[in-house]
Amino acid sequence: MHKIYTNIIQISGDVITVEAEGIGYLEIAEVSTNHGKSLAQVIRIDEKKVSLQVFAGSRGVSTGDKVRFLGHTMRVASGEELLGRVFNGSGMSMDKGPQLTDNLIETGKPSVNPVKRVIPGKMIRTGIPMIDVFNSLVESQKLPIFSIAGEPYNDVLARIAIQAEVDTIILGGMGLKYDDYLFFRDILEEHGALSRSILFIHTASDPVVECLLVPDISLAVAENFALAGKRVLVLLTDMTNFADALKEISITMEQVPSNRGYPGDLYSQLASRYEKAVDFEGAGSITILAATTMPGDDVTHPVPDNTGYITEGQFYLKGGVIEPFGSLSRLKQQVNGKTREDHRTIMDTMIQLFANYRDSLEKQAMGFQMSSWDKKLLRYGKIFEDKMMSLKVNIPLEKALDQGWHILAECFSTEETGVRKAIIGKYWPKDGKN
Amino acid sequence: MPENRIGRIKKINANMVTAGFDTFVIQNEVAYIIHGDERLKSEVIRVRQKDAEMQVYESTADLKVGEKVEFTEELLSVELGPGLLGQIYDGLQNPLPLLAEKCGFFLQRGVYLDALLLDGKWKFTPLAKPGDKILAGTKIGFVPEKIFKHYIMAPFNARGIQDLEWIAEPGDYNLKEPIAKIVDESGRKREVFLSQKWPVKVPITAYSEKLKPSEPLVTKMRLIDSLFPVARGGTYCIPGPFGAGKTVLQQLTSRHAEVDIVIIAACGERAGEVVETLKTFPEITDPKTGRPLSDRTVIICNTSSMPVAARESSVYTAVTIAEYYRQMGLNVLLLADSTSRWAQAMREMSGRLEEIPGEEAFPAYLESRIASFYERAGIVKFPDGSTGSVTIGGTVSPAGGNFEEPVTQATLKVVGAFHGLSRERSDARRYPAIDPLISWSKYKGIIEEKQEERGHQIERKSHDVAQMMKVIGEEGTSLPDYVDYLKGEFFDFSYLQQNAFDPVDEATSKERQIYVFNFIYNILEEEFLFSDKEEALRFFQKLRQLFRGWNSSAWESEEFKSTEKEISSLLLEKAAGKKEQNA
Repeated sequence: MHKIYTNIIQISGDVITVEAEGIGYLEIAEVSTNHGKSLAQVIRIDEKKVSLQVFAGSRGVSTGDKVRFLGHTMRVASGEELLGRVFNGSGMSMDKGPQLTDNLIETGKPSVNPVKRVIPGKMIRTGIPMIDVFNSLVESQKLPIFSIAGEPYNDVLARIAIQAEVDTIILGGMGLKYDDYLFFRDILEEHGALSRSILFIHTASDPVVECLLVPDISLAVAENFALAGKRVLVLLTDMTNFADALKEISITMEQVPSNRGYPGDLYSQLASRYEKAVDFEGAGSITILAATTMPGDDVTHPVPDNTGYITEGQFYLKGGVIEPFGSLSRLKQQVNGKTREDHRTIMDTMIQLFANYRDSLEKQAMGFQMSSWDKKLLRYGKIFEDKMMSLKVNIPLEKALDQGWHILAECFSTEETGVRKAIIGKYWPKDGKN
Repeated sequence: MPENRIGRIKKINANMVTAGFDTFVIQNEVAYIIHGDERLKSEVIRVRQKDAEMQVYESTADLKVGEKVEFTEELLSVELGPGLLGQIYDGLQNPLPLLAEKCGFFLQRGVYLDALLLDGKWKFTPLAKPGDKILAGTKIGFVPEKIFKHYIMAPFNARGIQDLEWIAEPGDYNLKEPIAKIVDESGRKREVFLSQKWPVKVPITAYSEKLKPSEPLVTKMRLIDSLFPVARGGTYCIPGPFGAGKTVLQQLTSRHAEVDIVIIAACGERAGEVVETLKTFPEITDPKTGRPLSDRTVIICNTSSMPVAARESSVYTAVTIAEYYRQMGLNVLLLADSTSRWAQAMREMSGRLEEIPGEEAFPAYLESRIASFYERAGIVKFPDGSTGSVTIGGTVSPAGGNFEEPVTQATLKVVGAFHGLSRERSDARRYPAIDPLISWSKYKGIIEEKQEERGHQIERKSHDVAQMMKVIGEEGTSLPDYVDYLKGEFFDFSYLQQNAFDPVDEATSKERQIYVFNFIYNILEEEFLFSDKEEALRFFQKLRQLFRGWNSSAWESEEFKSTEKEISSLLLEKAAGKKEQNA
């Protein structure tokens, strides 16, 4: 039935080349070695020479080992049985539960027809003012958290996951520290969310090829759930590890690198994953939140740079807070006109004043005399940082807007804010000073 | 010539497939890979001895060595005819709504549908009579399409003078019925249909001369029209880092620009943005025509997750359709978002072909490809004296927001206007984030030159003072300098910035721009009497607030007039001279 080949002619990195015939591109094979079995996927065919990336890595593969081709592309089990379970990058069980082999679905399905998408329009409330007020998260959005190693990006992801009103949570961990995996599992369990979650975990010590598979299988399962009408939130952390895994394989395959060693198709590779975020016409939706660590806090590094062009904005997590500058939700306009009339005014005004505050802060640092306007700004900035920016603040949107007006009234006269008179009349706190 | 030239797959590397062949192949001809019942479209891009290297416009998953390849002898072409307007196509002119009806949620590979409805009847009115001498592109009749007279033109590839032998009577015809017969000088006869095919990578040149773009194209974006104008038939580019608002800018332009037809090429960008365009355009009424915007729009979309080779062809498909409508004497605007994705598609293919890489691994022919794409813009004159134009506006997404990279540099060499977006401006929420200090335009605009120059000058001056203030502080800055700084900031806030989410402010007509710019010009020229900086700051803050209200009041409405009066009286209080101008 399945064809078995034994003449491995090249082993380089995690890629092996075997002589075989009648093999399909991207087909899956099973490599049996003395150390056990591993799956592998065809990534190049040159007449009889078939190159495969070995999921478990090529260490210990002998030139005489057996390669059995399975006659299909990558598949993963899907369905309700997956809920509450933990799997590795190849879709194998990592907890004590049974292996699942039923209801197999193919990964890497074609792109969704844009005509079958719905314009995103439902806000996902997070209780974080820097998100809800200034950069609202929208269902079916794809949004990364740009951050630096050491910042609490996983905490933010977890917090959004447990507060967001979604049906299913899928966590795709790539190059995750084992502690971080336990952190996610425990926090989901603590908040009673584990029973609606599925975890696909590749830890830092696992073979690099498995890292490449995590987004694909996570999203394939998510797609399956979404088509069944579920609203799915996919958390991918950390996509920089995924990109590094891509780099490793492409260098092994002797591809011409384009920028800092990353392959020329990095953009397409990332896009084909992120673009799985969707709101289906007449079915469920997929929202993707990812963590992207920026090596050296450099947003022009190829990974965050390409990501930024693909995703619908980004949250920039720095110094333990979501920075208003550099953070952006491109879809916020779809929802923040429908929340409360003053939402956009508060958003624009507070940010512009906060930008002025940063200028004054700079002036102060350089030892210049502070004008009375500067002093007002400095006062405002401090209050803003405490009552809006801090991640400790956990309040609903409406309360955050009210708080915004109070902060403005506490610090400025109506004219100084530049807000249109019509809005001032309605929302400016009557007990405010000036 | 053998009927069916075939080949066999030898190598597969992502979307590049190498096929061995026996007889001959033609560079850039379309070939189909036969995989079970599926036929996958591909294009020959390099030939080496008996191997044809092809880029496949579909996913290559599951293809096997030895599978059959059929060569077709045709270059990659689009169907041009009535029914294009309002359509949504992928990069290969596959109609997406029909595809959704047939295949559901996903873009199934290997499914190609007719770009135009072959059976739909169109009411044809002839404009020529038998015996007429005609040339390629001569209008021989028309059918009504939405609000336009869709001219039926003699085939663009007809050579020399043709005799019109026969033309159909007025009546209803579909795309399969001939409506005319022409004979060329050597006596070869040919039937003419309502639609014709044209290879996308070849410009349509059925016109008598190309003119210099001189008339401004009003986009209703103040910053563009007043300071960095675009000309009809011209080219411009919008490079900017991610999140600076390129796409919003393109969307606004597609809604408000004063042109007949807009072609939107969403090339390798987010599907979500395309969805917004394609779902909202049928519902937005075009103020000029009173009809839905989608009636004058064609969308070509190849989003980032769709096959990369089709991304490369999507900009050509778009520009070919634009040229086709230009041939009818219409003004067409092509918005390509983003040309960097197109360039990256070339880079991906070049890498697979193992070509020697140029800068940042882009192929060496990057510049010439970009140049020849933008060169397809222009305003042209036809033998009957009428003109038509294609204006191309392309966004560029430079890696890291750094304009020194190859795609931006190659584009800047060939465009007539440069609207550079900056991270600083978008971070400060100053929209549109076109940076007045780095942008330029070679075209003539709607604002008087002297006034326009003053606008540029105050922006530069204000920036210089701001930089200086960072070093010597506010207290070390002289009052006149400080006032110049405030004037620049005021000009920026009250005129250059535009609120895309305010129904009035999002688009400013030409008349209003000229009127308000003149008003502001007087303010910029005015000398004010301030006792100190504090007073000056307060004055401009107040002025700014009033302007905000003015900007969102409808042109020539009561509110518009009363706000204007309020502003004028405020100015009178502080103005030193020239009071009569403000009154």
